[in-house]
Amino acid sequence: MSSTDVNVSDEYQYGFSDPEQFVFKSRRGLDIEVVRDISRMKNEPEWMTEFRVKALGYFDKRPMPAWLANPALDDLDFENIFYYLRSTEKQATDWNDVPDDIKNTFDRLGIPDAERKFLAGVTAQYESEVVYHSIRADLEKLGVVFTDMDTGLREYPDIVKKYFGTIIPPNDNKFAALNSAVWSGGSFVWIPAGVRVEIPLQAYFRINAENMGQFERTLIIAEPGSFIHYIEGCTAPTYSSDSLHSAVVELIALEGAHIRYTTIQNWSKNVYNLVTKRAVAHKNATVEWVDGNLGSKLTVKYPAIYLVGEGARGEVLSVAFAGKDQHQDAGAKIIHAAPNTTSTITSKSISKDGGRTTYRGLLKVYEGCEGVKSNVRCDALLLDDQSRSDTYPTMEIDENNVEIGHEASVSKVGEEQLFYLMSRGLTEEEATMMIVNGFFEPFTKELPMEYAVELNRLLAVEMEGSIG
Amino acid sequence: MPEAAPLLYIENLHARIEDKQILNGVNLTVNLGEVHALMGPNGSGKSTLSNVLMGHPKYIVTAGRVLLEGEDLLEMSADERARKGVFLAFQAPMSIPGVPVVSFLRTAMKSVRGVDVPIREFRKELRAQMSALQMNDQFISRYVNEGFSGGEKKRFEILQMAMLQPRLIVMDEIDSGLDIDAIRVVSEGVNRLVGPERGVLAITHYQRLLDYITPDHVHVLVGGRIVRSGGKELAHELEAEGYDRIIKETQPEEVPA
Repeated sequence: MSSTDVNVSDEYQYGFSDPEQFVFKSRRGLDIEVVRDISRMKNEPEWMTEFRVKALGYFDKRPMPAWLANPALDDLDFENIFYYLRSTEKQATDWNDVPDDIKNTFDRLGIPDAERKFLAGVTAQYESEVVYHSIRADLEKLGVVFTDMDTGLREYPDIVKKYFGTIIPPNDNKFAALNSAVWSGGSFVWIPAGVRVEIPLQAYFRINAENMGQFERTLIIAEPGSFIHYIEGCTAPTYSSDSLHSAVVELIALEGAHIRYTTIQNWSKNVYNLVTKRAVAHKNATVEWVDGNLGSKLTVKYPAIYLVGEGARGEVLSVAFAGKDQHQDAGAKIIHAAPNTTSTITSKSISKDGGRTTYRGLLKVYEGCEGVKSNVRCDALLLDDQSRSDTYPTMEIDENNVEIGHEASVSKVGEEQLFYLMSRGLTEEEATMMIVNGFFEPFTKELPMEYAVELNRLLAVEMEGSIG
Repeated sequence: MPEAAPLLYIENLHARIEDKQILNGVNLTVNLGEVHALMGPNGSGKSTLSNVLMGHPKYIVTAGRVLLEGEDLLEMSADERARKGVFLAFQAPMSIPGVPVVSFLRTAMKSVRGVDVPIREFRKELRAQMSALQMNDQFISRYVNEGFSGGEKKRFEILQMAMLQPRLIVMDEIDSGLDIDAIRVVSEGVNRLVGPERGVLAITHYQRLLDYITPDHVHVLVGGRIVRSGGKELAHELEAEGYDRIIKETQPEEVPA
């Protein structure tokens, strides 16, 4: 990354944009023609076109979710969004084949560098399409599939048809319906039985154009006894008008499989991030959502895990940071639908400069699911009096023979803590930063080292100059 | 600075917290190489003095001055004071969840010394100091004061002191809540630091700490001012007779300024 073209003192480091280029761009707004155009251009099978059209119907019918009661959503104008933008004719497997502007962007985001150093595979999505994808040859030999969703649909139609939209049906919620109608890109991952991919795969999502809508669709299937760690990152330029990101992510962990899905969401503060993420864990399978939300104007996201097989384990570990004009409405849903299943939810949020965080959680245990163990913990840290945090934990426990723990706290950075650290030579800013990093430590320690370093650096940028 | 400037010079110090006036004219001088004990009954202002010296924002100095080697300490924020070599060993140190002892110490050392200590050198020094304080290796990965026993907290304060090598050590009831064995370990840690390059102000309610840390001077704080000063025999006198007599003797004083 060249230091001359990145202004590190900017509050948001990735707010730069490239000149817009495209080989196809849909007009503003959404109707059945836009949906059919997307499907036609992708040469999709009939069932997918129908799937999209039906989903559009659900999207049109459904009102905005009233329970969100979020005034920020009033500014979201679906008619002002571009729903599809293809910037390049073909997908590259070599960075040198990626158009220069786009390659430079990913260089500045450090993706090719990270790929060389510590990733087993990368997909890079720019606007609506994946422009680059690679996977280590040894994994390919083992039969691991890691590609973009469109290619997945073309090359693995049976697997896709079997699972696509089954975990999150198109009419699940308004935003899932929207994604189902106009989805493009995202990852398709299939891990053969017994294969353990010990090095993470990463997908990177970049929005470049103004008023862009990005609707990637990710489907990960881990066959019995397999392991995969999938990481996603996302950024966008800072524009004065809004963009929309609405993804759908479906995970299937078959018997004894283990999926860890890590997100570092760092959208610019003009992006609505309305995402539906859900996983199913079969017998003795494990699913972990490690979900970090730093950016966006409004994030609405509650990663969910359905524990449907005996002995399945689910964990949602999430952090949210809301600065000025930001609202992180995040949480977790865990459904215990089988006996002896276990789950943990840990949610940590920080609000500053009037930022707002909301935790919404659902813990459900069906009758007959004996031996369920679950622990829920939500902690909120407020850095000033203008900031806000709300917690809405819901528990529906229909079985008696279970162990459920729940703790919640809201705290402010304490004067005594600051004084203690300052008495050891730290400035007020450094002391606050240390308290913030410590607060997020249960999350950070679960990240690969490079990401933990990056997260702490991003937090430092967010905290900069905030101490009055 | 003139060579003669004492390490710590406190003149007519008055301070309050909220609306409560606590210090009513403290005068005290600590020179390099000296160990001073400040004793006094509960509520006499001992902890206030230590907080004022470290620069706690809640305590307001209403009159007087405090100089550290000739420099106005009261003008400085707490972190500046730390970088000038002031160290306060807290009576009840705060926990900082999620911050491992090792990274806390390294950051503090970098802040106070102004340079990043190479990691190997740092580890070596840390290990040596920890073993002297009879602390095991796992300690460094625990979170700062989180779930520490009373004894662990005090040892950790001494460990920080040893790593930061301050000029002026202020200890606020470092012996409180410790059993005799722990007092001995902690005191030995302090004694290793006593020397011509620093001065110590040990604040304590009880004489027993002074069986392990030998003061050159003992002061008695009552009602926010030092009412008596003497050698170490003064501590024994207090032990034998309690604070009552001194309080009675010094009660009919003029109204504080």
